Amino acid sequence: MKSTIDNSSPTPRKGIRRYWSSFRQFFAQTPLLGWLFGLLLASILENLIGYSLARTIGLSKPPVLFGVDIALKTPHLLPSSLLYDLVIYIIPIVLVVRFLTPLANRLAAGLLRSPMWLSALVHMALLYATLYLWTNVNDYRALVSKLMMVSIIITLSLNVVNGYMGEFSCSHPGFIALGAYIASLVTVGLFVGGDFGFILLPKFLAPFVFPVALILGGAVAALGALLVAFPSFRTRGDYLAIISLAFMFIVKSLFENLEPLGGARGFGNQPNLATLPVVFIWTMLSIWIINNFVQSTMGKALNAVRDNELAADAMTVDTRKTKMVTFLFAAFWAGVAGGLFAHVIRYVNPGTFGLQKLAEVLAMVYFGGLNSVIGSIVGAVGYNLLSEMLRPLELLKWIIIPLLLILVMIFRPTGLIAFREFDLRKILQPKVSPKIEEVENVPPAS
Amino acid sequence: MDTFLQNVVNALQWGSFYALIALGYSMVYGVLMLFNFAHGDIFMVGSYIGFFIATGLISLSALGIISLPGWAILVLTILLAMLLTSFVGVLVERIGYRPLRDAPRASAAITGLMIGIILETGNLYLLGASRRKFPEIIETNIFKLGNVSLTNTKIFIVIISLLIMIALHQFIQHTKWGMAIRAMAYDFVVVPLMGVPVNAIAALTFGLGSALAAAAGVFYGMAYPVLDPYMGIEYGWKSFVAAILGGRGSVIGTVIAGFLMGFLDIFVATYFPSTMRNLISFSIILVILTFRPHGFFGRAYSAQLRL
Repeated sequence: MKSTIDNSSPTPRKGIRRYWSSFRQFFAQTPLLGWLFGLLLASILENLIGYSLARTIGLSKPPVLFGVDIALKTPHLLPSSLLYDLVIYIIPIVLVVRFLTPLANRLAAGLLRSPMWLSALVHMALLYATLYLWTNVNDYRALVSKLMMVSIIITLSLNVVNGYMGEFSCSHPGFIALGAYIASLVTVGLFVGGDFGFILLPKFLAPFVFPVALILGGAVAALGALLVAFPSFRTRGDYLAIISLAFMFIVKSLFENLEPLGGARGFGNQPNLATLPVVFIWTMLSIWIINNFVQSTMGKALNAVRDNELAADAMTVDTRKTKMVTFLFAAFWAGVAGGLFAHVIRYVNPGTFGLQKLAEVLAMVYFGGLNSVIGSIVGAVGYNLLSEMLRPLELLKWIIIPLLLILVMIFRPTGLIAFREFDLRKILQPKVSPKIEEVENVPPAS
Repeated sequence: MDTFLQNVVNALQWGSFYALIALGYSMVYGVLMLFNFAHGDIFMVGSYIGFFIATGLISLSALGIISLPGWAILVLTILLAMLLTSFVGVLVERIGYRPLRDAPRASAAITGLMIGIILETGNLYLLGASRRKFPEIIETNIFKLGNVSLTNTKIFIVIISLLIMIALHQFIQHTKWGMAIRAMAYDFVVVPLMGVPVNAIAALTFGLGSALAAAAGVFYGMAYPVLDPYMGIEYGWKSFVAAILGGRGSVIGTVIAGFLMGFLDIFVATYFPSTMRNLISFSIILVILTFRPHGFFGRAYSAQLRL
């Protein structure tokens, strides 16, 4: 609707700005459904002709991450990888957006009339189909996507504490480690055996036991969070940062000294249970539950505690309960993410969960944006993609990424997309309501 | 008993590194209420700068271009390293912290972390992955006191560190600039209105803190002569813990907490497997903070003003 009004407003723009505004107008009417159609078509196309196209234009195989890695490694292949991107991704998406937008708008409007869960499910199914087809081309893509989704869970759960509640918690690597080790202990103990001497269950039960293992890992992480949550009643801010930091060091050191779990050598042989659909379902589940949590009354209480604890207390917010529940909740999801992480990599060692992990997790949260679910998703996906794409640069990567983050912090101190509510209805709704479009398409009065 | 005394001597040396680094954290934290997470890496930079100055001076005097006795080279190395590193600190403040003065505190913590990563990687990129060996500036003499063995470097490090700490304390307590630092730590909003230059004070605290870290870096090189780009990380974080443990803006508290960290490290490693070091020392810190949530000498305060 908005765009149609813009259309009529006679404000001539010049040069690049005019192109940019017409570019935006071109895409402004496409609902999420339309984009998903475009992405789906692109990934189908890649599955069908990706290999042969790549061979014809002189690439040995389809570029893994949009050709950036190839272009950085061998600059003379830049034109071919750009051509590949153009043919496989850009042209199909633009075509779909151009011609299917009215259909997508009509479908989205129809879905909006049905229950919200149905609409959300259809969108998620399309997203999953796209993801499946995209990762089908290359195993490395599958690994990157899985790690990206695990990062989304981690970032979201940390954002609940650091963004919504306003504490500076450094304990997340500890929670992740707890979840990773406990979940691996269950699955390896029950289905692989090895040194543990547990009763071995038949293999076909493994996918059913895996959620239990993950939840158990999350529960143990939440138990560990009690250690951080209790001191948080008495102190806030910087001292809590130290307490959580101490917790992280303690957990790491604990696993380094637990010889039965491999000690510093690490713990491997996890069964291959974290497949793409499993990780996808857990990620969607976590987004849904965490979003509901922060939008609930408790979620509002979190912001109250962050902005002024005394005032919140005076306004009958139970600050103790709020802090306790939040820490346990965040730690639970960090633990679940840890369990998934362990089964994606299929090997964990205590060194993974140290200061480097902490810097990475904090960077993702503050890069994406505080106090916003969508920001956390953007932060996790953006950071992971950037980090994988720049891999060929080796050392320089660790100068470029920090520099980018510093720039983001200077120009947007709370992150890229901060303090925005995640409104599912708004995201899924059609951009142009069908009625108006029909009116538009009717030729002028005859 | 002898091993105990020997460990006390080692812990004093080990703790003086922590205390010197922690003072830098503590001052920045006291004045600006910000975590300077790049500080551990400034310690590393100071150590490398000291390495280059010492190597340069030693080879110059070996070539006969200048003739300086060992102690003069040592003093020059320490002073020059402190001076140059304080410039690095001021630069870090200018790039990473001044634009974020009014931003949420956590954002500045992130820029600090990122500057730290840039310093590490930049070092790795420029100087390569090989570790450097810090040259022996003065000849190490070992002498025995009973059954406790002492070296002249150990005594030198502990005494000079203590002198630097006393000098800092005097500076903060008895000079006009020191008074400005204390006033800023007391109230960040009103004090600038009284004509205290915020930017100059911020630069001063970063410079002073970095100079102390550089001294710690040179001393570390003298005691444990292997340098690598990542040496600052764990030191930095543990000193950060010490700085908070000491209480906000308290020099004495920070020094005590720094030595406590040193003692915990050394004694835990003596009586337990050394892999248990972090486990036990951080458990003890957790217990201390549970009973004294605002550190040894800190008062309860609200960080609300800066959020």
